[in-house]
Amino acid sequence: MRRIFLCLLLIFALPAWAQDLEAVLAANRAQIEKPSRQTIGPVIAEIAASGDGAVAFLEAWGDRRLGLTDDGRFAIIEGDAATDAVTGAPLAGEAKALKPNSGVRGLIAAALVPAQLADPDMGRRRAALDALARDATAEHLPALRAALDDPDPVLAARKQRLERLLTIRFDPEPAARVAAIEGFAGDSGSDVQAVLNPILTTTRFAGPALPEGANVARQLSIGTELTEAAAYRLLVDAGLAAPRLSDAEQKAALSAHLQDGQVGNIPVANLDSPDARDRAYRALAAAGAVRPAASADQVDAALAANIFADLYTEPSPEVTDAARAALNGLVLRERAQQGVDLALDALSLASIYFLAAIGLAITFGVMGVINMAHGEFIMMGAYTGYVVQGFIANRTLSLVVALPMAFLVTALAGVVLYRLVIRHLAKRPLETLLATFGVSIALQQLAKNIFGTQARPLTAPDWLGGSVGFGEIVQISTIRVAIFVLALLFLCLFLFITKRTRLGLNMRAVTQNPGMAASMGINPDRVAMLTFGLGSGIAGIAGVAIGLFAQVTSELGQGYIVQSFMTVVVGGVGNIWGTLAGAALIGGLQKGIEVLNPANTLAAQTWMILFIIIFIQFRPRGIFPTRGRFVEG
Amino acid sequence: MSALLEVSGISKSFDGFRAINNLSFSIGAAELRAIIGPNGAGKTTFMDIVTGKTRPDEGQVRWGEFSRSLLRLSEAQIAREGIGRKFQRPTVFEDQSVADNLTMALKAPRGPFAVLFWRPGSASDARVAELAAEVGLAGQLLRKAGELSHGQKQWLEIGMLLAQEPRLLLVDEPAAGMTLAEREQTTTLLRRLAGTRAVVVVEHDMEFVRRLNCKVTVLHQGAVLAEGSLDHVSANPDVIEVYLGR
Amino acid sequence: MLIRKYPSVLIFLAVLAVFTLAITLLSQAYGTGAVPTSTVKLLGKTLCLALAALAMDLVWGYAGILSLGHMAFFALGGYMIGMWLMYARTAEIVTATLANAPIPATPDEIRQGIASQIFGVVGSSDLPLTWSFAGSLPIQLLLVLAVPGIFAFLFGWLAFRSRVNGVYLSILTQAMTLALALWLFQNDSGFRGNNGLSGLQNIPGLTDVPQSTLSIWFLWASAAALGLCYVLASWLVSGKFGSVIRAIRDDEARVRFLGYSVEGYKLFVFTLSAMICAIAGALYYPQAGIINPAELAPIASIYLAVWVAIGGRGRLYGAVIGAVFVSLLSSWFTGGKAPDLNLGFYTIHWVDWWQVLLGVAFVLVTLFAPKGLSSIIDAVAGLRAPKRHGADLGPDLGALREREAEA
Repeated sequence: MRRIFLCLLLIFALPAWAQDLEAVLAANRAQIEKPSRQTIGPVIAEIAASGDGAVAFLEAWGDRRLGLTDDGRFAIIEGDAATDAVTGAPLAGEAKALKPNSGVRGLIAAALVPAQLADPDMGRRRAALDALARDATAEHLPALRAALDDPDPVLAARKQRLERLLTIRFDPEPAARVAAIEGFAGDSGSDVQAVLNPILTTTRFAGPALPEGANVARQLSIGTELTEAAAYRLLVDAGLAAPRLSDAEQKAALSAHLQDGQVGNIPVANLDSPDARDRAYRALAAAGAVRPAASADQVDAALAANIFADLYTEPSPEVTDAARAALNGLVLRERAQQGVDLALDALSLASIYFLAAIGLAITFGVMGVINMAHGEFIMMGAYTGYVVQGFIANRTLSLVVALPMAFLVTALAGVVLYRLVIRHLAKRPLETLLATFGVSIALQQLAKNIFGTQARPLTAPDWLGGSVGFGEIVQISTIRVAIFVLALLFLCLFLFITKRTRLGLNMRAVTQNPGMAASMGINPDRVAMLTFGLGSGIAGIAGVAIGLFAQVTSELGQGYIVQSFMTVVVGGVGNIWGTLAGAALIGGLQKGIEVLNPANTLAAQTWMILFIIIFIQFRPRGIFPTRGRFVEG
Repeated sequence: MSALLEVSGISKSFDGFRAINNLSFSIGAAELRAIIGPNGAGKTTFMDIVTGKTRPDEGQVRWGEFSRSLLRLSEAQIAREGIGRKFQRPTVFEDQSVADNLTMALKAPRGPFAVLFWRPGSASDARVAELAAEVGLAGQLLRKAGELSHGQKQWLEIGMLLAQEPRLLLVDEPAAGMTLAEREQTTTLLRRLAGTRAVVVVEHDMEFVRRLNCKVTVLHQGAVLAEGSLDHVSANPDVIEVYLGR
Repeated sequence: MLIRKYPSVLIFLAVLAVFTLAITLLSQAYGTGAVPTSTVKLLGKTLCLALAALAMDLVWGYAGILSLGHMAFFALGGYMIGMWLMYARTAEIVTATLANAPIPATPDEIRQGIASQIFGVVGSSDLPLTWSFAGSLPIQLLLVLAVPGIFAFLFGWLAFRSRVNGVYLSILTQAMTLALALWLFQNDSGFRGNNGLSGLQNIPGLTDVPQSTLSIWFLWASAAALGLCYVLASWLVSGKFGSVIRAIRDDEARVRFLGYSVEGYKLFVFTLSAMICAIAGALYYPQAGIINPAELAPIASIYLAVWVAIGGRGRLYGAVIGAVFVSLLSSWFTGGKAPDLNLGFYTIHWVDWWQVLLGVAFVLVTLFAPKGLSSIIDAVAGLRAPKRHGADLGPDLGALREREAEA
C-alpha cells in the first residue's frame, strides 16, 4: 500500500519537474500539427506530464476540437468560440481545427486514462474504465492502482476486477500474477478468458536444442503430433535444412531442361515414373543445371538431429501452469453449460416431433392405419395459420384464432378422408398406406396450385420473438418454449380424453379388442372416425406451431413425416407415453449425434435412422409395447 | 417304451395370467391321446408351446430318442423335426390349388434353394394323388382351395398333415363342423394313424372322445387334473366338479 | 412346364420384341427417323422402370412384403455403374490433356488428375477408398449386383429375423432409403454429395458412336434385361417356390408349421429383387445421364409401389403394364405436351394438375379396382374373381384381396 502511495505521489509530483505545457508544445509543434501514430507517443507522454491544462489540451485534441490560429497558437474550440490552449484566454481570430487520425486519437485517449480514472464526474470515470478494459498498456496498471478507491460501489468493484486482470497481464512479479489468476478460479467471464488465453499462446520451435530458459508447452514427436512433412517445413523455415523438391517443381524443372527429346540423357518418353524423373533430375543437378534437392536420407537425418516443440511466449512456467489450470476449469464449466443448452435443444426438438407424431400415433394405435397424408395435414394447418393471418392483422389474436381453426380444418379433412377412403379399406393397412399416399401427393400439388411454390411467412407475435436465457451460453428461443408448453398441453389433453371421457374409453376398447368392443355396443366405425378426426386435428395444430419457426411451403409436412413415423414405431403402438418416449429418444439422439459431428446434420440423421433400425431388432414392438395374450405371435 | 415327447414342469403366464401352470405330459411313439378341458384350461397354449409358437417361462420340452430340447428351435425347425399341427379352423392356402397345397406339404427338403430347383416327378404326382384320394379330394386336385366347402378344407388340411409324415400329430378339434359320417371317418383315420405315430387330439366333444377310445388327459387351470381312460377320469370327483360346477 | 403354366410369358416376349424392333426401325440411327432420339431414350428408361416394377411385384405381389425402399437398390446399381462410367471417361480426358504436356505423366499423376477432376466440386482431390475399383468395368459390373445384394441381405436379415412385418416393415424400408440418401448427400461420403455422378451418357471408349445409336443399343439392352428377368421371375413363381412365397404372403404362420423357414424365403426374394432392381438401375442411369441422391428419396420408392398397384399386383405383366403406363403418361403430362383443358371458368394446365389427377386416380384404383389395369386383361382372358363375400385370401396384411385374386 505504501508503495502504491509512493507511485501516486510520483505521478502527481511529476508536473513539478516537467516542463510546462507551453514549452512542450513549442518544442513539438511540427509533430502535433501533423502527428504520426509511430512517433507521436513520446510527445503525448510529455504533454500529459506537463501539468495544468494538459488534460484539457489532450481532450480537445482527441475530440478534434484543437485548432491552430493564424498566429500559430494552439486553441481549444468550443462551438463558435475558441480559447487559448495554454492560458485559457478567449481568442478572437479564426482557428483551423487539427484532424488527428484514429490511431493517434487512440494514443491520446490512452494517455488521458489516469487522469480520467480519478475524475470527479462518474460518467467520465466509467468511460475511462471502458476504454481501459478495451485497450490497456503496462503503464495503466499503476495509474489504475492509484485510483482504486471510488465512491460508487459498482465502479469500485469494476476497478478492482480490472486491476486483477491488468495484474495478470502486466505485473512484473510472476507470484503476483499467479495469485491474480488463482483469484479468478471459477469465474467464466469472457474478459478473464481474453486475458488468460494469450498467456497460453505458443510458437512452434525447431532446432538442435531447446533455447535457454524456454517455457516448453510440449515436445512434439514426429509422426504422431507432427507430420514428417510439416516438421521438415519447420526446419526449412528456420533455415536449418534445404527445401525438398515438390513433384510439380521437379516436373517444371525437367520440362525447362528438355533438350533434343532428352532430359539429363533420359528420353522424354521414359519419364513416366517417379524413379526415372528422380534419375533425370539428379543428372541435371550433377551437371549443375538445377539446385540439388534434399534426398530422403538427408531429410531423415535432419529430422533426427533436431528437436520440435511448442514453446509458450510467456517465459514464466508458474504463470502458464496457473493459467492452464484456470482455463481447464473454465472449459469444464462451459461444457456443462453447453450440455444444458443441448438438453434444452433436444427437448424442444422432441416437443416438435411429439406434436407432429401424436396424431399419427393415435390413428395407428386405434386402427393400425398409417396415414401417409399426415404430413399434408400438418402443412394444411400451417397454411390455415397463414390464411387467418391474412384476415386478422393482430398477430396475437390471429394466432389465437388460427390454432382452433387449424384444428377444425384438419379434423374435418381427416373425417372426410376417413369416410371416403380409409373406412373402405378396413383391415388392409398396407393398401391404406398406399391410398393415403395418393391423397398426400394430390394435396401437396393442390397446395402448390393454390399458394404457389414460394414460401409463405407465418409470423409469430413479438412476444414470441425473443429468447429466454439462463447464463451466457444457455439461450432458448421463446417460440421453442411455447412449443414445449403446447406439447405438454396436448399431452394433458390427450390423457384427459383417453382417461376421463366416453370417447377415450371407447377408443381404448377398440384398440384392445375391436370385435369385443363392437359386441359391447360400441360403434367401432364411429369411434375410428372421431379418433381420426382428433389425430388429424392435432396435426393441424402442430402445423401452426411448426409454421411459426419454419417456412410454410407445400413440402412442409414431408420434412417431418418420416421422423413422425419413426417416433411412433420406436415408441410402440397405442400408448401415449410410448410416443413421448419415442419423440424424446429421437429428438435427443439427433441433437446428441449432432454434437459429436456438429458440422454435419445429415450425418446425424443417417446415424439416427441406423440406430432405429438396430433398435427395432431388440424391441420390435417399441419401447412401450402393447401387451397381452392376444397380441402374442 | 420311451416317450416321444416329454413335457416337464412348464409354466407360462401372460401379463400375470397363468395360462400354463407346472404342466407335465408325455406321449409314446405310437399312441393316441385325447386332451379335454374347459375353456381357458390351457389346451391351445400347450400346443403353442410344443410347436414353438410360444416360449414357456420355465420347464422343459424334450423330443425323440435323444431327448432333444425343443425350446431353442423355431416353429419351422420343430415342424421339420416331425411335429405336425392341425388348427381348429381349417387353414389352407386359399389362393392355391389343392394339388399345390398338398405338394407344399410333401415331405421334402425345405430350404429355399432346394425348393427352387425342385420339380414335380411321377413319384410326387402319385403321392399327391394318393393323399387326395385318402381325404376324398381326388376329383378336386386342380380346384383352388378357397372354393372348397368348410368340411373339404378340413380334409385338405388333414391331407397336408399326412403329407408331412409327422411323428407326432397335434389335432385341434378335428370334429368341429363335420357331419356325423365325416366324424366317423375322422375317428377311424386318427385311430389308424396312431398305430404308427403319436397323435394328440384336443376335443370338447365327449362323444367324439369316447369313440377314440384312448387314454384321456384332463387339463384345468393350466395343469393336469386327471389322466386315464375316459371312464376313469369321468368318475374322478375333481373332474366332475370342474365340468359340472360346484 | 413354365409355358404351360404361364402362357403370358410367350405373349409378353413377343410384344416386347415387336416393340423393340418397331422402335429400332423408326429410330434415327437405324431406321426412318420418325422417333427422335430423346423418345428412344425415354422408352429405354421406361423399360428399366418396368424391370424395377417387376422386382417390386416379386417382393410385394408375391411375397407380400411391402418394401418402400426398393428404389434405393435401383439407385445403388446406378451409382455402381456410374462410378465406372465417370472414372473411365474422366481418365480418357485427363490422359488426353496430360499427353499435351512436354513430359509424359506418371500413373500417379493421372490418378491424381482424375480424382481432382471428379471430386473438385466437393473440394477434395483424393480418390476415396470406395472408388478403388472404379477403373475396372468387370469389378464394377460385379458390384452392381453385389453391393445392393449384400445391402438388401443385411437389411432383410435384420428386419425379417426380428419378425418385423406389415406397416412396421414398410416404414423401416422408408427409413433405410432415407438414411442412404442422407448419407450420399454428404460431400465426404465419397459420392460427390448432392452433385451426384454426371455425364453418364458418354460411354468410355465409344466417344465416336452418336447418341442416337447408343440409345438404340441401350433400348435393346433394357429390353433384353426385362425379357430375361421376366422369364426368370415367371420360372420362380411358377414352381413350388412360387407356391411357398405366395403362401407366405397369405398366411406366414401356417407356412412355418409346414416346416418352411419363412425368414429364409423372404430374405431370398428380397435380395433377389433388390439385385434385379440394381440391374434396372445400372441400365437406366447411363440413359438418364445423371444420378444424384435425390433419386433415393423415399417418395420414389412409394411411386414404384404405386405403379405396381395401378398395374395390378401379383401378376408379373401387371407390374410391367403399370410402370409403363403411369411413367409414360406422367412424362406426357409433365412434359407440357398434354393439351390444356378449358373449363370456361378455369383452364387446367396439366403440368400443375397431373399430380392431383394421379393421386386421386390412385385412390380410386385402390378402392374400386384393386386389380388395376390387369382387370382389363383378365376381362379379355375371361378370368374372374372368386366369390368370397369380401374375405381376403389369408389373414396376413399382404394377402391378396378378394377382388385381386383369380378364381
